[in-house]
Amino acid sequence: MKLKKLLLGDEALALGAINAGLSGAYAYPGTPSTEILEFVQQNPVARERAIHSHWSSNEKTAVEEALGMSFCGRRSMVSMKHVGLNVAADPFVNSAMTGANGGMLVISADDPSMHSSQNEQDSRFYASFALLPVLEPRSQQQAYDMAAYGFALSEEYGVPVMVRMVTRLAHSRANVEIDSDAAPENALHYPEHTAQWVLMPGNSRRRYPRLIETYNALAEAGEHSPFNTFSPGSDRRIGILASGIAANYVEECFDGACPFPMVVIGQYPLPVGMIGRLADSCDAVLVVEEGQPVIEKELRGLLDRGVRVYGKLDGHLPRTGELTPDSVAACLASLVHDVAPDFALPAAVETDNMVMARPPALCQGCGHRDVYAALNAALAQYENAKVFGDIGCYTLGWLAPFNAIDTVVDMGASITMAKGAADAGQHPVVAVIGDSTFTHSGMTGLLDAVNENSPVSIIISDNLTTGMTGGQDSQGTGKLEQICLGLGVSPDHLHTIDSLPRTVAEMQALFAAELEYQGVSVIIARRECIQTARRHKK
Amino acid sequence: MTVNMILAGVGGQGILSIATVLGRAALALDLNLKQAEVHGMSQRGGDVMSCLRLSDAPIASDLIPAGKVDMIVAMEPMEAMRYLPQLKPGGVVISSSETVANVPGYPERAELCDRLVSLARTHGLECAVFDAESLAREVASPRSSNMVLLGAAAAWLQLPEYLGIAPQEIENAVAAVFAPKGEAVVKSNIEAFRKGLAVGKDSL
Repeated sequence: MKLKKLLLGDEALALGAINAGLSGAYAYPGTPSTEILEFVQQNPVARERAIHSHWSSNEKTAVEEALGMSFCGRRSMVSMKHVGLNVAADPFVNSAMTGANGGMLVISADDPSMHSSQNEQDSRFYASFALLPVLEPRSQQQAYDMAAYGFALSEEYGVPVMVRMVTRLAHSRANVEIDSDAAPENALHYPEHTAQWVLMPGNSRRRYPRLIETYNALAEAGEHSPFNTFSPGSDRRIGILASGIAANYVEECFDGACPFPMVVIGQYPLPVGMIGRLADSCDAVLVVEEGQPVIEKELRGLLDRGVRVYGKLDGHLPRTGELTPDSVAACLASLVHDVAPDFALPAAVETDNMVMARPPALCQGCGHRDVYAALNAALAQYENAKVFGDIGCYTLGWLAPFNAIDTVVDMGASITMAKGAADAGQHPVVAVIGDSTFTHSGMTGLLDAVNENSPVSIIISDNLTTGMTGGQDSQGTGKLEQICLGLGVSPDHLHTIDSLPRTVAEMQALFAAELEYQGVSVIIARRECIQTARRHKK
Repeated sequence: MTVNMILAGVGGQGILSIATVLGRAALALDLNLKQAEVHGMSQRGGDVMSCLRLSDAPIASDLIPAGKVDMIVAMEPMEAMRYLPQLKPGGVVISSSETVANVPGYPERAELCDRLVSLARTHGLECAVFDAESLAREVASPRSSNMVLLGAAAAWLQLPEYLGIAPQEIENAVAAVFAPKGEAVVKSNIEAFRKGLAVGKDSL
């Protein structure tokens, strides 16, 4: 029986996986992927079945845990934001070499326009060089349907399957037709080809040609995928090759009746035969894809002397930021002047000069505020203090009124860049990192600093949660002091203090003293996130 | 027919509850819905917006094409003003007059609201800019001002050119969405919705 439900793209994918017999979901929170694991945590069927849904320490551990479950024959899924895939790149790429036993989905949610990210990298590139298939849903319904389809594909071809989400699908709600019952879980069973799970060079050399064969077979399968479609169209001046949600923007331009031949891509590797038929049936091909020009580059090739191609690389579509119905409409209007969509309407009103930018800010009552106030005061006497920041709410410390940090790069980079700066002779050197980011990727860097007794002052601003993504459990809660001591931080230079308005002076004095210490000091400034504290009170 | 709405406000003001209620109503009425929102960094006191599209036909894009927005429902007047350029000619602006002045140099409330109303009037837009928070406080708590604004929007949504959704349908959805929080919360949110509906009807 089918039911209708309103679901975010993220939720649809999670529910699709549960209903397809999921046994374990793994993730580290990251916008726009967080709601996938959160949905599994709240779902009654998942709870009843005790489907794994605990947060992992980082994306690498999450992928490995999912791969371990797949090894044992059960269906697993792991979700992350696009930059999380960088952290997980090692197990992700090597999971193509081991292959999957139980169906395994690797969900990577891209964030074009960088709503809440540091870059616009496109996850499809990773799948391409790892030689793994990709499913790219264009609707919440497809996100739901692709979970079961992806598990089956993964088991049929014996490799993990990437599901590529993008912000506008992950965080958009729509009616989805869902199954009323969940399929049973797989029983434990072990891989048929055991040697490929031990990636010794000899085994890998035998495995690699088989992986290439599998990839070629997947390309053939893509020709018949329900998610790759060709519609002939009547106007041959251009053909449209669109993938994922970009196809929706094309459709929006024509109110569902596109006059041009069109191929919609939802499954990779690309169906070369189908794309060939498109190219044969028109004078030029416009590639419309969300994110970086992955398909367009393949189509053009290095010399770009074949089919006439329009897209992002030649400026017909914007190279940066998300696509919109408007940017796609403008592109179409520039290519085929007489088929301009009807919504190039004049704006009713021009932007008024009273409208101001309203950047995000640290909440009132947030402990990070007090940390930055104390730190700025402690650093005031130095002319060239450098503060290395990290990823989280406290990244906002770069903005006014604090202007407190000099760098933010990737998860954990505060400690390691601080160490590099100290190696360069910089003094004073401060790293500011959150509790969840510390256990994600800060601990290993701290060990580097401890091993060389680098003169760095590390502030772990501990709000007892993963705040920026909405307050998920933080893996180091209650363990941070032990972790630091275990990694070799001297007990004399490990301090814990409450980060409150009334302790700012005390924090300042503590920071000031440790800044002059010629070795590693760690100050854990602790105060529960104001958002989770409010929730706990209710 | 498709109705395109922009829900706007400042992070934490509760614009997503408006979307949740309309989503519930859409399911009950068997209407299609797409509602895109932004999570993450912008929720920390920054400006937040959600595109909400309701239709009796399938909806392609999650985002609304520029110039095709029928209605802006804003919890904050500057946020209403921010999206005016996306409104269709003759569209509707519904906004609370209560400001969130969390940036330096933020204009005076009266000046800002006057500008919003005059922009709407001179461009032939329909408009209801009013103190939703005071109305919410009369029947419930200021936190229900989102339901007051939704009530005002319902005055337009019941018109045939805006899908003709009976206010009772939306009120039922209010009740369903707040039911897990208890009868008292349901009652105060419904009263807030009715207050807004009355203001909306007066502004038609």
